[in-house]
Formats: sequence, C-alpha cells, structure tokens
Amino acid sequence: MSAPATSVARAPEGASGVDVAHGGVRQKKDRVGSLVEGWLRGHAVLIYAFLYIPIVVVVVFSFNATDRRVTQWEGFSLKWYESVLNDTVVQGALANSLIVATSTAVIATIFGTMAALGLQRAPRWFRAPFEALTFISIIVPEIVIALATLVFFSSTFDILNSLLDLKLRLGFQTIIAAHALFNISLVMLLVRARLSGMDRTHVEASYDLYGTPWRTFWQITFPQLLPAIIAGSLLSFTFSFDDYVITTFVSGAGSTTLPLYVFSTIRKGVTPATNAVAAVMLLITLSILLIGQIAVWRNARRSGQHGAQASVAGMITEQSG
Amino acid sequence: MTASLSPGTEIYPGPVSARPRAVVPDGAIGPTPDVEIVDVTKRFGTVTAVDRMRLAIAHGEFYSLLGPSGCGKTTTLRMIAGFEQPTEGEIFLDGQPIAGVPPYQRNVNTVFQHYALFPHMDVAQNVGYGLRQRKIRGTEERRRVAEALELVRLGGYDKRRTWEMSGGQQQRVALARALVNRPTVLLLDEPLGALDMKLRKEMQLELKALQREVGITFVYVTHDQEEALTMSDVIVVMRDGLIQQMGGPTELYERPVNRFVADFIGTSNFIEATVVEPPDEGRHVAVRSARGLTLRGRVTDDEATVRVGDTVTVASRPERLEVVPADAAAPVGAGITQINGRVQQGTYLGDQTEYRVLTEEAGELIVRHQNAAGAGGAPGVGPGDPVIVRWQRDANLVLAG
Repeated sequence: MSAPATSVARAPEGASGVDVAHGGVRQKKDRVGSLVEGWLRGHAVLIYAFLYIPIVVVVVFSFNATDRRVTQWEGFSLKWYESVLNDTVVQGALANSLIVATSTAVIATIFGTMAALGLQRAPRWFRAPFEALTFISIIVPEIVIALATLVFFSSTFDILNSLLDLKLRLGFQTIIAAHALFNISLVMLLVRARLSGMDRTHVEASYDLYGTPWRTFWQITFPQLLPAIIAGSLLSFTFSFDDYVITTFVSGAGSTTLPLYVFSTIRKGVTPATNAVAAVMLLITLSILLIGQIAVWRNARRSGQHGAQASVAGMITEQSG
Repeated sequence: MTASLSPGTEIYPGPVSARPRAVVPDGAIGPTPDVEIVDVTKRFGTVTAVDRMRLAIAHGEFYSLLGPSGCGKTTTLRMIAGFEQPTEGEIFLDGQPIAGVPPYQRNVNTVFQHYALFPHMDVAQNVGYGLRQRKIRGTEERRRVAEALELVRLGGYDKRRTWEMSGGQQQRVALARALVNRPTVLLLDEPLGALDMKLRKEMQLELKALQREVGITFVYVTHDQEEALTMSDVIVVMRDGLIQQMGGPTELYERPVNRFVADFIGTSNFIEATVVEPPDEGRHVAVRSARGLTLRGRVTDDEATVRVGDTVTVASRPERLEVVPADAAAPVGAGITQINGRVQQGTYLGDQTEYRVLTEEAGELIVRHQNAAGAGGAPGVGPGDPVIVRWQRDANLVLAG
C-alpha cells in the first residue's frame, strides 16, 4: 500500500463527521470538505449532549443538599438517597418493579426463544405471516396495547368471575402478562435473527457425530443462541422495569411499580428525592446491561466472534439490519 | 496448471488392481461391501439428482465420486450419511438396510466442506464430541482424542481454539474428529476445496497415506479430476445423476468409455468418425473421419456393440502425439498416423510445451511435448510453422458412447 498522504486528498463520500483519523494529512484545496466535516463533528457532539446532559443533571441534582428549590445547587449530600431508600413506599415500589421485570424477562425469554425455534422449523407459508405479526406487535403504539390488554383482562375477568365465582382482578399477574406480551416479540426477533445467521452444518455435524436432536440442541444450537437470548432477556428486563404506559392501565391496588411511583410524585413537583429514585433506576438498568454485556463478551471471546455479535447493542442492531 | 493434467501419477503401483475390486457383480460371493447402493434414485421436485445408481463400496478402499457440480455426487454422499433419504432404492451399510435410520445412528462420519468445527469448543472438545455422545468419557476419551490428534500430526494442540488455526490445521481437526470414532466409512465432501494449491497437494498425499494407515473406507467427493487421480483406488465418474464410468485412475485415463470421461479426466483430442470395418478379436476397429482420415484403434468400452456405419469418436491424449518440422525425415512405420498441419500456438509450461496445431484432416489438435533439458519446446517447431503431427495407433481410443 502506498502512503496515505497521497490518497487522502478528498474525504471519501459517505464518511461521517466522526472520521478524525485522517485529519492531520488533509490538504489545502479540501477546505470545503474540512468545513463540512467540522460542522458534522460539532453536530455529533451536540446530539450526544442533548441526549445525555438531562440524565447527567438528574443524577447530579440527586446529590443536592437543598431542602426546597430542586434546581438550586446547595452542596453535596447523600441525604435524599438515605430518605428514599428508607421510604417504605419506595421500597415497596422498587420490590414490585423488580418482581415484575424479573418475571417478565424469564417468561418472555423462554416463550420468545421457543417461538423463534418453532418458527424456524415451520414451512415458509406458515412462517411469513407470523413474522409479520411479530414485527407489527413491536410497532403498534404502546397505548393501543395497553388499552387492548386492559379491555381483554377486564372483560374476561368479568365473565370468569361471574361464571366460576372467582375473584380475579388486576395486579401483578396482569402487569407481568402484559409486559411479557410485548417482550416476547422482541426476544423472538433477536433469537430469530441469530438462528437464521447460524451455520446449519454445525447441526448436521452434530448429528453426524451421533448427537441426538435433543443433545444437539443443548450442545450446539443453544450455546450459539445464548448471546441473543441474553440480549433478549436484558432488554425485556429493562423495558419492563421502566414501563409506564401499559403498567398504569393494567395495574391494580398494591402493585405500584417504581415508574408509577415516580410519576405520581412529580405531580407534586420534582424533588431531589425523585431525582434520587431516577438515579437508582438508572443504576439498576445499567448494572443489568453491564452484566449482560460481560456475559455476551465472554461468550464471544470463547467462540471467536467480533463486532456486532460481541455486544448486546450489536445484537440488537444486527436484527434490524 | 494444465501441465498437471497429464498425470505424472498415472503409473499406479500394481496393488490397486491386485486387490479385490469393488465392482461386485450381482450374485457374486465375497466379503460384504461396506456400502451398497442399490438402484437408488433421488428426486428433488422435478429434478433427478441421482438416477438409478448401483454402487458397491469395498472395505478399506479410497473411493472418489467425481463429476461436475450438479452431477449428484454430494447428494449420494448425503444419502449415505443420512441427511437425505432416497426417493427409490435401498442403501446398505455393513450389509444392513439403513432406510429411515437417522444420521446419529449410522456408523458413518463426515468431513464437511467447510469443516463445520464447533466454534464454542476447543480442539480436544471438538474431536471428543462423537465419543462423548457415545458415553465414552474421561480418560478413555482423552486417550483416544490424543491418539487421533497424533494421527493428524496435531499432538499438543488440544486446548487451541479452532478459529485461531489455519485452514490446513482446521482440516486436520475435522479429520481427527471424524476418524476418532472409527466409522465404517468416512465421507469427505470436497474437504480440500478451501485450501490453497500447494497445501492441497500436500493434503492429498497425506490423506491417502492416512487412509492406508487407518484402513477405513473413504468416500471422497470432488470435482477435481487431478485430486481424484492422485488419491483414489476407485474413481466413480458421475454426470447428471448417472455413473459414467468406474475404475482405477489408470483405467479411467487410459480407457475412458465415452467422450464425457475422456474430456473430464485429462485432456483429449476428439475426431468424429464412422466405423468402416467391424471389430476384430482384440476389439480393434477401422474408422474414417469426415475428411477422409482413416484410423485404427481399440474400442474402449467392452460392453458396447460397434457395427459398420456407426458414428464414433476417436480420442487421443495430447502427450501421445508428436510434432516434428514438416521437412524432417520421419520414418513412416506400420501403425503410425501422420498428418500435416500448421502450429497455431505454442505454450511453454515448464516441463512441457503445449502446441495447438491446425490440421486439414483432423481440425485442431493439441500436442504436448515433453521438454528436454535446455530446450524450450520441440526443436524447430514454432508458431506459424508447417509441421507433421504423428502418433502410434495405440494412442487412438475409440469411444462408442
């Protein structure tokens, strides 16, 4: 290869503003190009700032020592965390949220994975409509799903309660069911993408080496699906953990989750306590993501994968590509 | 590249024909073949991939299924492995019919085209996979895995990740993973296709040596005639789902039964002709080409009936032809054909020089001249020169098919 200095006279088309590597060797006549590039770079910085500054503000102000004015910094303090974590209402809501999110993740992962495996084997004419439905269920506005599940639950509960003299009502189980519903599609999508990218000859090789279908699944297919399954369960957890719209429709007495609690408190105005709750939620979500990332990363390192297959985020974007 | 077409490998040592042959005629009494394919047809929709195939694969031999893509060789392999079921007919493994027996219950192992090594397992885990499925674990597994790795010269590589290894090494792991199970038959699906030329040649010889050493029957699928000639005891030439010819490398090269085989294995000159004299006891016939050239040669296919007036093709191998300058005093002896022509092209190939000579009586002929030390081709022969092409009668192969 020749030295880059001779070939970098013009910025390649489609190069985005974040291409900093060749900045030093740019030549004079490319002034317009570098102007555009500088502008794009500034733009990128602005976008990230726009995305993350509010979050940083929330976290920073959760350490605010103020007693009254939430937007006025009066010194560092952990007192809001202390008060929030000692608040039995918050504790209850946090526990509820963890229960809901964990159950949702488990249910959505198991059923989503099974559905993906089932569809993989199905003939094309059968598979195609279900794949379309899966996509649609992700696109459908949350409020529609919320309303639909509410109507479904209340009408079926009415019928069942009057017919069988039961006492079914909205609560944990309805929140979990509704959350699982929309997260199954998500897991399915991730696992399907991974499945269709998998080398069929590995399965044949296992059969060839006396592996029964059952053993082949657990020894060959499952380990290769694991990153997608982990990514799916993590996403389910986080989506369920911070869901507000659906939860507010199908929750009942005693099943207030953290997002519902936060929303109810800000009606009385944002306090540093609210910020502290938000920061705690953020911490939980990020920890979960980090744990998952480590798991996926270790798996990838063992089987020599790079790029998209080696990160949770990559796994998620991979299926949309 | 073309230089290798003329088989330096053609002088196959005697044992090949001395050993019991695979061609077990109906009703013959002998050892049970490892694999017997009886009238097997495989159709995919309207496409017939394999057409009423009959083949007996004898124990301990190296078989090649050779043919262009789409000839049914891989389908045949997959039916033996159990990944495909025959539409008609029956396959016997060790004398037992195996219709409906899933791949994981067949004592057959495959080396896949792209190896299909399990990425999430190290070398030892890959090699031991088949053993573990059969509940062979612990020290016995380790001993046999080490043995198999030793066999493919990968001793000490146990803990390596397969994706860190070179193509040739991955190939060996795939071989070890199959051989460690001591299958009745080892199936190989173009396993050398992904390797570069030099490594491929090395692996060919190594595979052959390995096969002799372990004594397991190999069934090797390839579209590379040179590969088949180098390694096989028996080559099965296939086309459009039909077996064209089957035999040892020498037999296929020296006596191809039809034009397809003569063309697919090595290079041939073809002359269309009509039979003018019926075959004698040695099955030699006299034929005349459209341009009036009379040739004598042996009918290669012993089963073909040849009558006067039949259209046949006379094939000759380029290295059996000789080219000399037109003014050279060449003695004309009995059984020597001589025709005039003009050199169109001469290509120096190192050990040989290939000439394309345009002749009045036989069209374009390819002649290969074995280069002597210090000579860049046949003396006094260059492009545009008038020449004489001459060959012995026994170079003529009369193809009835």
